Order: sequence, then structure tokens, then C-alpha cells
Amino acid sequence: MPLDPVAPLLPLFVEFPFRDGYVRSIVYVSLYVSCTAVVLSTLFSIPVALVMGFTEFPGKQFVKSVINTGMGFPSVVVGLLVLFAVSNQGPLGAMNLIFTKEAMIISQFVLATPPITAISLAAVTGVDENVREAARALGGTRLDVALVVIKEARYGIATAVLAGFGRAISEVGSVLIVGGNITSADGISQTRTLTTAIQLEARQGQYDTAMLLGAVLVVLVLTVNAIVVRFGDAGSMNR
Amino acid sequence: MQRRTFLQGVGLAAIASTAGCTQLGSGETESSVGVAGETLTLTTTTSTYDTGLLDEIHPDFEEMYGVTVDAVAQGTGAALETARNGDSDVVMVHARGLEDEFMRNGYGINRRDLMFNDFVIVGPGDDPAGIQGTDSATEALRAIAESESTFVSRGDNSGTHTKELNLWAAAGVEPGGDWYQEIGAGMGEALNNANQQDAYTLSDRGTFISQRSEIDLTILVQGPIEGGPEILANPYGILAVNPGVHENANYDLAMAYIGWITGPGAQDAIADYEMNGEQLFYPRALSEDPDFQQYVPEGWSSDSDSE
Repeated sequence: MPLDPVAPLLPLFVEFPFRDGYVRSIVYVSLYVSCTAVVLSTLFSIPVALVMGFTEFPGKQFVKSVINTGMGFPSVVVGLLVLFAVSNQGPLGAMNLIFTKEAMIISQFVLATPPITAISLAAVTGVDENVREAARALGGTRLDVALVVIKEARYGIATAVLAGFGRAISEVGSVLIVGGNITSADGISQTRTLTTAIQLEARQGQYDTAMLLGAVLVVLVLTVNAIVVRFGDAGSMNR
Repeated sequence: MQRRTFLQGVGLAAIASTAGCTQLGSGETESSVGVAGETLTLTTTTSTYDTGLLDEIHPDFEEMYGVTVDAVAQGTGAALETARNGDSDVVMVHARGLEDEFMRNGYGINRRDLMFNDFVIVGPGDDPAGIQGTDSATEALRAIAESESTFVSRGDNSGTHTKELNLWAAAGVEPGGDWYQEIGAGMGEALNNANQQDAYTLSDRGTFISQRSEIDLTILVQGPIEGGPEILANPYGILAVNPGVHENANYDLAMAYIGWITGPGAQDAIADYEMNGEQLFYPRALSEDPDFQQYVPEGWSSDSDSE
């Protein structure tokens, strides 16, 4: 699919003091890594939230505290844990994941999953009991009931996804450790994200360019938020 | 309905970002050499990376062998640690003591001297410790300690930090107190930090040159390139990760890289690399006379009585 999501924004980048394609490529890497991680986290989190929301099992409170603790887990620590896992000495060493986007996706998955699960859980438990009863009374299977609940809780779940996305795309500690902040010699990013690029500029004392990249990051996050919110509004107008 | 549009949106974003990625990955070059298409992971220091030297010289190597070099800038301590874990193939650092230890422990092989520049002691123009014109780095540090003028230390186990600690030891001063600030950051940040609080710091000349236009600090004690004391020399070495310890280390490509970067072409390219009209690094791999010193640990001599 020859779709280029950044092309419309390109005129904004023309005056950047970087080589051709540099900013574009770090935006790509940021979006690719964060979106993939958030999609995977969402696919994992929503079933977990549904199960936790509607079933009772021993140790449920403990699992809840683990998830809530995970929301505040420092990204650097997550980075180190993932580094130990993917390092050539680690259990996943044979897969050669160190300094790759895949390793970054793993660490962002770990970071984004707790907020997405916790907020989704709050959203699905907030769905009125009567809605589930009605769905069941109309002869719905368990899947139908789950889909009805997700539909009712969609705003909360969208908030959860945005919170997870926000945590993933703004995070710098773990992607720096497991990704290595690599660009090719021609200035095209391999594992450099907007955040690690900002960190690199700040390290060199180039505060102006660091701020410029920070502005790009803000615009990007705003755009993603606007898109998600617009989908939600468009949906409710069709109702 | 809303759910479907929302999920479509998410799916679209994922596809779009993946599409962008494959486009980026398609720019690989063709070549017939045995290592073609492989990737060399180089862990190195912030000073070689941030000055732009590697980006300048690597395209030549990548084209010659049809390979990719992934340069990871970490600071000497972290670069060696990454290699020790088998996560890089070749290491370019500047702390001979740490390099020797790495070699002695069997993690590295085939170390070569690569290039050098020097360290300088920089500080505010009004020079409260009065070290300007001192031709001894250790005396300058003693003066800073005695006047308790603020000194910014990298504090990050980098090559520069290691050098700084060696200098304090040579000066016979145990730095401590409010005036001595370990900031745990890279050279650029350390220079900015020192600039903000009119402090002294130790910098490699390359990073200082590349940042000089933005800060008010001046060089107060020169390194050996400008006639300063030899103790401020800053030699860089390059070494391959031992494939006997880490089977997955790309030894062939590492040696091809070491051969290339210590060869005349790359050494000339290093000598020609300038920033703001000044040469940043001086090649050292080639010499007319044999240079055996590069193969033996620092300070070693045949009549050493250390055993």
C-alpha cells in the first residue's frame, strides 16, 4: 500500500537543519514501533479486562495491583529487563533482537499494556449490568455479550488506547537501551525515534533542534488523538 | 459500527506505518563479497559519534563491502559492557586501561591504535581558580580543588570520566564537596552544564570545538596537540569481540572493518574531517616504524617487576 502518512506534513519539515529524510525516518520509526506495540497491547489487554471485569477468581485483587503498579514502572527498568531478555546472553538471545525495532516493540508493549488494561478494566466494569443482562436475554453468546460491552465502553477503551499510545511514543529510556538509537550513515533512522533523537540533540547541547523535534512529537501526538477522537464522534453521529 | 470504524482506523495506522518501514528497508546495496548484506554492530563513544565523524567515513566502508554499520553511541564503559555481553561486533573507545582489562579478560582481540586527539580543561573566562597558562593539568586541578571552584564531572564511566579520575589521582586530590558535581551525562550536556554555572570541566577537544560557538567557556589548559602536557592525550583504540567467547560475533566483518579503518584511505579521511575549520581527530594507525606498544597493556615493559 503506497500510502505515506507523513507526506502531507512534509512541508513542515523542509526547514529542519537535518539531512534529507532524517526527520521523516525518525517519525516513521516512532509511529511504527509505538503503533505496533499499542495494537498488540490492545489485543492483549481488552480480553484480559473483559475476563477480569466479569469473572471472579482467587488472586484477582493481586493481579489488579500488579497492573496498577505496572502503570508506574520506570521505562529505564523495563528497558533493562528487555535488554537482559534479548541480549545474546539472554533467553531470547538466539533471535538476534538486540538493537532492532522488534526489541523496541517488546519494551513498549510491556510499558503500554498496564495503562491500557487498567483503563479498559475501569471502562468495562462501568458498563451497566442491565446491558449485559439484556444481551444475554436476547440469546447472545458470550462473544456477543463481550462485543456489546466493548461497544458500550468504547470511549473508555479509546482513552485507554490513547493513554497507552501516549506512554509508548513519549518514552525514551527503554527504546534507547534496547534500540541503540541507530541511524544509517546516510542519516536514515534504523532504531532512532523522535524521543531518542531529542535526547541526542540535548546531549550535544543543540537545545534549539531538540525543541523543534519536541514540537514535531507534540504535533504527532495531537494528530493521533484528533484522529481517534474523530472516529469516536463520527460513530456517534451515525447512531 | 463505531467500533468497526475505530478498529479500521487502528488497522490502517498499523498498515501505513509498516508500509513506511518496508520502503525504508529497501535501499540495500548489492555486492559480491562474502560478508555482503550483513550488519556490523559497532559500539562506540559519544565523542566519535556526536562529532559526526562516523557518519562521514562509514559510507565508504558500507559501499566497499555492501554491508551496513550500526553505530551505537554509548560511552566507553557501556560500549565495552555491551560487547562483553556479546551484543556488538567491534568496539571503538578511548580508555586504554579499560581496553586492556577487556582484552585481558579474553573478550576482545586484535586491538589496534586508531587515532587520537586530546583533552582540554575548559572554564569561565574570569578563571576564579587562576589556572590559565598553567602547563600542568594536575596543578590546574589542584588549584581548582583548593579554591573550591565548581567543577562538572561527567560521572558516567565514559572514557573522559575515566581520564578525569586518573587526573585527580595523579594530582593527589580526592575530589568531593559541593564544588564537585557528578552529572552523569554526555560531554555536550556537561559542557552546557558547566557553561550555565560558570564551572570548570574536562572536555575532549572535538566535542568542545563542535560546541564552542554556543558556550562562553574557554580553553584554560591545552592538551598535547597545542603543546600542553602529554597526560591530556586522548588515544582511541579499536578492537574486535572475541568469537571464541561470543560465537555469534561477526568476526569476519569486524576484522574487515578494523582493516579498513586502520588503512590509508580511512586514516586520510579521519585526518581530513574538520568541523568549524578545525581538525578533530589525528590518525594513528599507520606509522613508518613498528609500533609494538599498541599490542601490550598500558605501562607494560619487559623488565616489569609486577609479576
